[in-house]
Amino acid sequence: MKEKELKQMTIPAQRLMARCAGEEKRVGTRTVFVGNHPVSETEAYPAQRFCDNRIVSSKYTLWNFLPKNLFEQFRRIANFYFLIIFLVQVTVDTPTSPVTSGLPLFFVITVTAIKQGYEDWLRHRADNEVNKSTVYIIENAKRVRKESEKIKVGDVVEVQADETFPCDLILLSSGTSDGTCYVTTASLDGESNCKTHYAVHDTIALCTAESIDTLRATIECEQPQPDLYKFVGRINIYSNSLEAVARSLGPENLLLKGATLKNTKKIYGVAVYTGMETKMALNYQGKSQKRSAVEKSINAFLIVYLFILLTKAAVCTTLKYVWQSNPYNDEPWYNQKTQKERETLKVLKMFTDFLSFMVLFNFIIPVSMYVTVEMQKFLGSFFISWDKDFYDEEINEGALVNTSDLNEELGQVDYVFTDKTGTLTENSMEFIECSIDGCKYNGVTEEVDGLSQTDGPLTHFDKADREELFLRALCLCHTVEMKTNDTVDGATESAEFTYVSSSPDEIALVKGAKKFGFTFLGTRNGHMRVENQRKEIEEYELLHTLHFDSVRRRMSVIVKTQIGEIYLFCKGADSAVFPRVPVDEIEPTKRHVEHSAMDGYRTLCVAFKKITPDDYEKINRQLVEVKLALQDREEKMEKVFDDIETNMNLIGATAVEDKLQDQAAETIDALHAAGLKVWVLTGDKMETAKSTCYACRLFQTGTELLELTTKSIEECERKEDRLHELLIEYRKKLLREFPKSTIRSHKKAWTDQEYGLIIDGSTLSLILNSSQDSSSNNYKSIFLQICMKCTAVLCCRMAPLQKAQIVRMVKNLKGSPITLSIGDGANDVSMILESHVGIGIKGKEGRQAARNSDYSVPKFKHLKKLLLAHGHLYYVRIAHLVQYFFYKNLCFILPQFLYQFFCGFSQQPLYDAAYLTMYNICFTSLPILAYSLLEQHINIDTLTSEPRLYMNISGNAMLQLGPFLYWTFLAAFEGTVFFFGTYFLFQTSSLEDNGKVYGNWTFGTIVFTVLVFTVTLKLALDTRFWTWINHFVIWGSLAFYVFFSFFWGGIIWPFLKQQRMYFVFAQMLSSVSTWLAIVFLIFISLFPEILLIVLKNVRRRSARRNLSCRRASDSLSARPSVRPLLLRTFSDESNML
Amino acid sequence: MTWSVTARGAHQPDNTAFTQQRLPAWQPLLSASIALPLFFCAGLAFIGLGLGLYYTSNGIKELEYDYTGNSGTSNCSVSCQCAWYFSLPELFQGPVFLYYELSNFYQNYRRYVVSRDDAQLSGLQSALRQPINECAPYQYSAGGLPIAPCGAIANSLFNDSFSLWHQRSAGGPYVEVPLDRTGIAWWSDYHVKFRNPPLVNGSLALAFQGTAPPPNWPRPVYELSSDPNNTGFINQDFVVWMRTAALPTFRKLYARIRQGNYTAGLPRGAYRVNITYNYPVTAFGGHKRIIFSSISWMGGKNPFLGIAYLVVGSLCILTGFVMLVVYIRYQDQNDDDDDEE
Repeated sequence: MKEKELKQMTIPAQRLMARCAGEEKRVGTRTVFVGNHPVSETEAYPAQRFCDNRIVSSKYTLWNFLPKNLFEQFRRIANFYFLIIFLVQVTVDTPTSPVTSGLPLFFVITVTAIKQGYEDWLRHRADNEVNKSTVYIIENAKRVRKESEKIKVGDVVEVQADETFPCDLILLSSGTSDGTCYVTTASLDGESNCKTHYAVHDTIALCTAESIDTLRATIECEQPQPDLYKFVGRINIYSNSLEAVARSLGPENLLLKGATLKNTKKIYGVAVYTGMETKMALNYQGKSQKRSAVEKSINAFLIVYLFILLTKAAVCTTLKYVWQSNPYNDEPWYNQKTQKERETLKVLKMFTDFLSFMVLFNFIIPVSMYVTVEMQKFLGSFFISWDKDFYDEEINEGALVNTSDLNEELGQVDYVFTDKTGTLTENSMEFIECSIDGCKYNGVTEEVDGLSQTDGPLTHFDKADREELFLRALCLCHTVEMKTNDTVDGATESAEFTYVSSSPDEIALVKGAKKFGFTFLGTRNGHMRVENQRKEIEEYELLHTLHFDSVRRRMSVIVKTQIGEIYLFCKGADSAVFPRVPVDEIEPTKRHVEHSAMDGYRTLCVAFKKITPDDYEKINRQLVEVKLALQDREEKMEKVFDDIETNMNLIGATAVEDKLQDQAAETIDALHAAGLKVWVLTGDKMETAKSTCYACRLFQTGTELLELTTKSIEECERKEDRLHELLIEYRKKLLREFPKSTIRSHKKAWTDQEYGLIIDGSTLSLILNSSQDSSSNNYKSIFLQICMKCTAVLCCRMAPLQKAQIVRMVKNLKGSPITLSIGDGANDVSMILESHVGIGIKGKEGRQAARNSDYSVPKFKHLKKLLLAHGHLYYVRIAHLVQYFFYKNLCFILPQFLYQFFCGFSQQPLYDAAYLTMYNICFTSLPILAYSLLEQHINIDTLTSEPRLYMNISGNAMLQLGPFLYWTFLAAFEGTVFFFGTYFLFQTSSLEDNGKVYGNWTFGTIVFTVLVFTVTLKLALDTRFWTWINHFVIWGSLAFYVFFSFFWGGIIWPFLKQQRMYFVFAQMLSSVSTWLAIVFLIFISLFPEILLIVLKNVRRRSARRNLSCRRASDSLSARPSVRPLLLRTFSDESNML
Repeated sequence: MTWSVTARGAHQPDNTAFTQQRLPAWQPLLSASIALPLFFCAGLAFIGLGLGLYYTSNGIKELEYDYTGNSGTSNCSVSCQCAWYFSLPELFQGPVFLYYELSNFYQNYRRYVVSRDDAQLSGLQSALRQPINECAPYQYSAGGLPIAPCGAIANSLFNDSFSLWHQRSAGGPYVEVPLDRTGIAWWSDYHVKFRNPPLVNGSLALAFQGTAPPPNWPRPVYELSSDPNNTGFINQDFVVWMRTAALPTFRKLYARIRQGNYTAGLPRGAYRVNITYNYPVTAFGGHKRIIFSSISWMGGKNPFLGIAYLVVGSLCILTGFVMLVVYIRYQDQNDDDDDEE
C-alpha cells in the first residue's frame, strides 16, 4: 500500500530519472517531503510512517524490568540450576531449608539486577539527555523550539555551530555562499579532523527561515543502513513548475547524528533518518560475545561436578533403599513414620529421596563462584586501564577496556596477528625521495629553486616541465583539507594553517611538494589554489574527485587549469598504476620503486592524462549519472572510474617513510621469546613489509625465508603447478628439520634454524580458493603445516577480509589456538572482530579499530606488558580462583556425603543451615576474591623481563585435567580427613573433662571449623603476594567465622524452629581434646600441600639459578641491542630461497 | 550478566601503589631453610603432645558391660531386674562417670532429629498446646491431646535405671553408692534452653494439664523426678537424651560418682549394678552397655588422638630428614653446576 503511494508520488521524478539514469527499481527507498510540504496540491498527503527521533538504548522500562531481567538472568544455566534446586526445596521435604539455597541465589540475582538496573538507569538518563535536548525546527517559516525527540522525518532543522546534529540530516544550506559546512565526527569514529559537507547547489541560497520554508522538494533515499560512509539519495526540487530538478545526494551531503558542526555559523538540514534509524543508532551494538577459554573450562568442570553430584545422590538413594530393606532400619519403634509417609508410593519416595540428596549436596556447585568470577573480571580489568605504563602523553590517554570477559585470555595467546602500518610503524609519514621520469631525487638536500639530481641521466629534454608537472600532481591529487587556526573563513596567506587528512600519506606528500616550492593553499569555491616556485598562485577548478578505495588502490582528480586545459592526475600503488600506463615508461620508475620499497618506504606512483573537452563531456556525464544512481552505485562507480583511469602517462613515484614504532622490535622479540607466533598482516607491498619485518626483528638475519608470492610463482606458466611444487618443497624442508617432534618443534626452533614465511594476498587466495579441484584442501593443509612450523609469517597485500580469513583459518587449527589481533585502522576491524582477543591501537587512522576491539592501547609496545604481565597474572588468578572454588566446595560437601553412611542415609545435614548458607558467601569468599585481584605469584617486572615465563601457562595449563585432578584429589583427601578425623575423635565417652557428651551438631561444627580454617589457610599457603588487603581478608574471615559462631550460638533465635546451635560452638571450645583435634586435622590436611610447596621451592630456586646463569651467558653473546632502524639485509640473498 | 566496563578515564591514571599493583607486600617463600626447622620443631612438638595424650589416655580406666542379653533370656516385655557383678582389685581412680551406650540406634536419623519442638521445651505455653508438625506422629495423642514433650526423641527416652552397690569386704553387706544424677547435662541446656512451663498454682502438674505424655512413657513428664529442680522438661536425664548423638553408636552420661566415700573413685571391692531393664533394643538389633569411666583433662579414653599425634610427629621428622637429604643433594648439584660454568 505504502509502496504504491510512494510510486505515485514520485512519478515526475521517475520520468526524469528514466531519462538520465535508466529504469531503476524503487524497492528499499524512502521518500521524504522536505518540511513536510506536499509537493503538489492534487495529490493527497501520503501517510508515511517513520519512527520518531527518540533514541532508546536502554533495555528495560520501569514496568518490564523485573520480569525481563529475571527472565534473562534465569536463562543462564547456573542460575536456572539453582532456581530448580530452590523450587525442589520448597516443594519436597528436604533436609535443608529453602533458605540455604534461596538466600545465596537471591543475593546473586539481586546484586546482578541492581547492577543491570543501575546501568540501565544510566542509559535512560543518557537517552533522556539526548531526547529532551532542545532543537529548532522551521515550521511555517518560523523558528520553533522543540525537544529533540519530536523531530519527524522531513522536518527542517536548524543547527548552530558546535552543536551536534539531532538526527541524520541532508544539508540544505549553510549560510555561506558555497553551501559548505565543516563537521567533526569525533564521537562517531574518533576522527577529529574537520570534514567538509556540501549542500546541493539549488538550495544553497535558502538560508533564512522564510526562504527555506518556500522550498518544495522530495528526497528519495535508501532505507537506513549502518555504514557511516555510504549514502545514496536524490533530491527532487520543484520550483514553480511541476517538473522537478533532480540532484544526486551522497555521503558528502549527509550530516550524521552525533557529529558536531564546526566553523560554520548555522545550517539548515532536512531530517531523513531519525531516532533508532540514524546511522549512529544502527551502529550501536552490544559488546561482542566472546567467550574465553577459562569459561569453557569452567563449564567442563561444572559438568564433571554435576556428574559427581548426580552420582552421589544416586549412590545414596540406592544404598538408602538397600539399608532400609531391613525393616527395623526402615522404621524402628523409636522413629516411626507418619501415616502419610507410609502411604506414599515407593517410586515417588525414591524420587523425592533422590531430589533430597541432590539438594543436600547441591553446594558442590558453587553459586557464588559466578558472582566472584564476574566481580574478579570486572574489578580486575580496572588494573589495565589504571596502568600508567599504558598511558601515552601524546594522545593523553591510557588503555581502555571494552570488555572484561577476556582478561585471562590475554595470558593464553598463541598467535599474534599484527597490522603493519600504524601498529608496528608510527604512521607518521615523511616524504623521503621521489623519482620523476626515471630520475631519482632525494628530498634531503634543500634547494629553493630546484631539485638536486642524484641519479639518472643528467640531461633530459623537458625535465623541468616534468618536475613541475609532478609537483603539481602532488599538490592537486589528494583530499587534504586546510585547517586554519584563526577565524571561520580566514584563508589569508599569512594565517597559520595545518593540513588535515584522513590519510597521513597525503599530508606527507603535500608537505613534500611544499618543500620543493609548490604549496597547496586550500580550496576556495571549488578551486584548488597552488603557489608555485615563482610565488605565483595557480588556480585549478576541481571538477571531480575519484576517491580512493582499497580495491582500486588509487585515487584521481580531474582539474581544469586557468587556461582551460583539463587534466586527470592519478596516484596509487604501483600495481594499480603500472598496468594503466605505457609499458615503456615503467621500467626506470619500477626500479626506483622497488628500491625504495626495499628500504622500507611506502611508495606511490603518480600518473596523469590530458583530457580533451569532448572526452571530458563524456566522462562528466558518466560520473554524474553514476553519482545519481540509487542502486549499486558503488559497483557502477567503480566501473566508470576504471574506464576513466586508463591510458595515463607515468610521471614518477614517491617514497614516504613510515617510522617504526617505539620499541616495536623489543616487543616482537619478547613475544617470540614468550613462545608466541607473530604474523604480520599488511596491505603493503612485499618489499616494504619485508624490510619492516627485518627492522622490527620479526625476521632475524639468520631466519631462512620461504616465499610464496606472485613473484616466486609467476616464473612458471601454470601457477598452480608451481605453487604445488613450492609447497611440497617447503614442507619437505621443514619436516626434515623437525623430525616428528611436533610438540617441541618450536622450542627446537630456538636452537636450530628459524624459518619465516612470506605470502601475499593473491597467492593466499590461490591456495584457499582454488576451489573446484580437490587439491585445494590439500594445498590448504600443506600450507597450514608450513605455517605452523614457521616462527614468523608475513602476509602482505592483504585485503581486510583476507586478514580475517587468515585469522579464522588459524583459529580453526588443530588444538584451536588462541589468536590475538592488533591493529589500528578500519581495515583491521574484521580481523579484530574475528580473533579471540582483539586489540585496537588508538592510532592516527581514526578510532574504528579501537571501538571494535576488546582492549585498546595507545601503542604497540604496550602489548608486551599487556600480555606478559597482565595476561599472565589474570590467567593465573582466575585459574586459581576456579580451581579453588571447586576444591573448597568438594571439601565442604564430601564430609556431608560420608556422614550419610552413618545416619542411615537419611539426608541428615552435617552442618547447621547457617553454616551451609554462609560458607560460600561470607566465610570463604573474600580471601579468594582478594587473592584473585592482587596475587602476583611472580613480580610484574620479572614477568615482563622474562618472556619465557609466559610459556608456563600456555595451552590453558592450569585448568587442564592434571591440575584439576590434583585439586580434586586434594579436596577428596581433605574432606575424608575432616570427617574421619572427627569420627575417630568421637569414639570416646566424652571429650570434656567433666564427662559431658557432645551431639551431632558439635560433630558437624568441629568438621566445619576444621574445614573453614583449612581452606582459608590453604589459600594463605598459595598466596605469594601478601598485601595488607590479603592479611585483612584472610585473618578477618577467620575471625569473622569465630565471632559469627559465638554469636549464632549465643542467642536463642526466635525465628528458628530449632535451636540446634545454641552454645554448641562455645561448648566445643571448652574441650582441650577438640582444640588438639582441630589443630591436628588442619595440620594433616595441609601437610601434603606444605610438602609440595617446599619441594617446588627447592626446584624453583635451582631453576632460577640456572636461569640467571643462562641469562648471564646470553647477555655475553647477545646481539647488539640497538640496530639501525632499517637494515639492508636483502643483499645477502643467501637467506632467501 | 556481563560486567561491562563503561567508558573510563581518558585522563592520566592515578599513580598510586594500589592502581599500579605495587602495594607493599610480604612475599614469603616457604624455602627449605625455613621449612626444615619448622618440620623438625613441629615433629618434636607433635611427638611430645602425642606421648602426653597417649599416656593420659592409657591412664584412663574404663569398665564396660553389655547387658543386652540374648533375645531369649533377658528380653523383658515389661520391666525386669537384672544385676551385674564385678570386683575391683584396686582403686578405680576418680572421678568416675557412669555412661550407658546404645548401638545401632540412629539418633541422627533426619526424621528423628527434627522430631522435637524447642519452643515447647523452652516452656512456651502456646507450643505446649500446639506442638509443631515436625513432631508427627508424636504430635497429638490418640485422644487428640497435645503430647508434651512431643516428638520421637522425647518418646524414645532411655528409661533403664541403674543403681550401684558396693561390698566393702567379702561377704559383707552391699552399700549403695550414691549416684549424682545432676550436672550431667550442658549448663546452657539445663539453664536456658530447657524450661518448664510456668507453674499453675505452684503446681507443675497443673501446668501440664491438658497435655498427654508421650505414648511410650509410663508416667507424665512432671513425674520424672521428685526433685522439683530435676523434673519436667529440665529433668537432666531427659535433657541429656534430647541432645541427639552424632553417630549410631553413642554413649550418654548417666551419673557421676563423687559423693561420700567415693570422691577419690571406686575403692577396691566387689560391686553390683542393679539394672531395671525397660528399654527394648533387640527389635532394631541394638545393644546396651553400661560403662564406668574415669575422665582426665582430655575427656574419656580415646587412644586416637595420641596415636595420631605420634604418627604425624614421626612423619614430620621423617619427611624432614628426607627433605634435608634432597635439599643437600640439590645444593651440591647446583654447586657442581656453578663449578662447571
